[in-house]
Amino acid sequence: MAKQLNIFVENRPGRVKSIAEALCAGNINIKVFTIQDRGDFGLMKIIADKPEAAYLLLAEKGFASAQKEILAISVKDKPGNLARLTGVLLEHKINILDAHGDVVGTGKQGICYLELDLKDLGVAKGLLEKEGFHVLSDEELYEI
Amino acid sequence: MEISYWNKEAETMERAQLARLQLKLLRETVEAALATPFYAHRLKKCGISSARDIKSLADLARIPFTTKDDLREGYPYGLLAVSLEEVVRLHTSSGTTGIPTVIYHTKADLDNWTDLVARCIVATGATRRDVFQNMMTYGLFTGGLGLHYGAERVGLTVIPVGGGNTKRQIQLMKDFRSTVVHATPSYMLHIASKLPEYGLKISDLCLKKGYLGAEPYSENTRKKVEELFHIDVYNSYGLSEMNGPGVSFECVYKNGMHIWEDTYLTEIIDPKTGEPVTEEQEGEVVFTNLKRRATPLLRYRTRDVAFLYKDDCPCGRTHRRLSRITGRTDDMLIINGVNVFPSQVEEVVMRIPEVGTNYQIYVEKDGALDKLIVKVEIYSKMFTGDLSALDALKEKIKDELRASIVINPAVELHEPGSLPVFEGKAQRVVDSRPKL
Repeated sequence: MAKQLNIFVENRPGRVKSIAEALCAGNINIKVFTIQDRGDFGLMKIIADKPEAAYLLLAEKGFASAQKEILAISVKDKPGNLARLTGVLLEHKINILDAHGDVVGTGKQGICYLELDLKDLGVAKGLLEKEGFHVLSDEELYEI
Repeated sequence: MEISYWNKEAETMERAQLARLQLKLLRETVEAALATPFYAHRLKKCGISSARDIKSLADLARIPFTTKDDLREGYPYGLLAVSLEEVVRLHTSSGTTGIPTVIYHTKADLDNWTDLVARCIVATGATRRDVFQNMMTYGLFTGGLGLHYGAERVGLTVIPVGGGNTKRQIQLMKDFRSTVVHATPSYMLHIASKLPEYGLKISDLCLKKGYLGAEPYSENTRKKVEELFHIDVYNSYGLSEMNGPGVSFECVYKNGMHIWEDTYLTEIIDPKTGEPVTEEQEGEVVFTNLKRRATPLLRYRTRDVAFLYKDDCPCGRTHRRLSRITGRTDDMLIINGVNVFPSQVEEVVMRIPEVGTNYQIYVEKDGALDKLIVKVEIYSKMFTGDLSALDALKEKIKDELRASIVINPAVELHEPGSLPVFEGKAQRVVDSRPKL
């Protein structure tokens, strides 16, 4: 399953840069990132090609970060697909903790990233695959 | 100048007679103190086992000082000198750690306290025709209840509104034509800044007098409040260990606060040596409460720095006057009139596992009021990566701080290793407030 790094960042100039630089120094490529803002601080969420190395590197630099398993689901870029995907989860009362998504390039294929309760992860993966969605493997994701 | 007294005989007592009274009361206080486990042990160690061992006021120097730490160690019953049946009220106040200090009162103790506050009120020229809006906090904090009962005793019309809620304060002030108010100086400045918001001018109010205390302020701030509100401002000083307000208060001459010396035996000492300073020298104020029987305190070190005026006051009161408080001999912070020790904050934040080893305390002005900001570093090993956990952590720190220091702090979470590292506790405090 795909790994995401959740990193505590203070809301002041230069913090994202120092994370990016730290990862760059370890030759780690960031594939996706988002930031959730809480005023004086935020949570930066990163999917990188070498998640374990990224985690250790950031820990060494003193960052508080945590590894999270997430679902990265391939979704066709057509109306109704997100509704179908979330409908499956709703049917089974699975709550989404956090999500982000995008459409990469011109391939008309989107990726939806879902953060779920640990106990729901396996169940949700099975349900979505049964529904015809493709859940990306680590390798597929890091090759984006 | 018209001079009024509540108890003329006591307030204008000849100094020699006052000294004789003090000696008599000191003996009674020592006798009462010997009934507590704390003083029984401490006094016997220095050769005082009965009131007869106090031959003159000079013998006071044989008694060791009592400190806030002593009160903490004696918490909750170590300094109680009477049976609980006789106790009708207690007040606690902030200790230097999570353990507060407690002062008990018998009915007679409260009666005497109230009488002293009545003297203060009458000394400012207030009468039963005045409407008194008490904007100090009620409850365990002594400021509210102390003035409340004193004002009732004199016969003023008391509005026991308590602290905060500026809109209601202004409404009450206007509707009931309050003439005397009791507040902290910063709260008065806050009210002045809010009046235009409610479409009011000073001339819409009937204020004549302000009793300002619970935080130190300068002559300039007095003048500022007096000019803003067109009132006379009287300085008030007290501390919960000495009952609360009513220890010393300014009379109509507004030139130093008369200490009621028939209750408060006063010394000014060099905080380093414990020796008395020379006349009119600044030093730490030390009080012995001569009248309180439930919790007698001998030579209590207030940690407040001030001096005593030498000259007589034209009001005719023989009780000496205390200057404004110019500082502290410890690191206590006064935030919107509430006493806070940095060690209290430290104790709270350091027992929360999700917090790292470093923290900082910022005190700033937010308009006229004080704002406390506690900055903590999060602890990497306890970090789960969830925003909801971070929100919950912030709330938890706030809740625990609120329970310990009784004020609402702002809490900021910081990255591990991002706050400056300090050796001493005091350096963790950044107080950017201009002096009032």
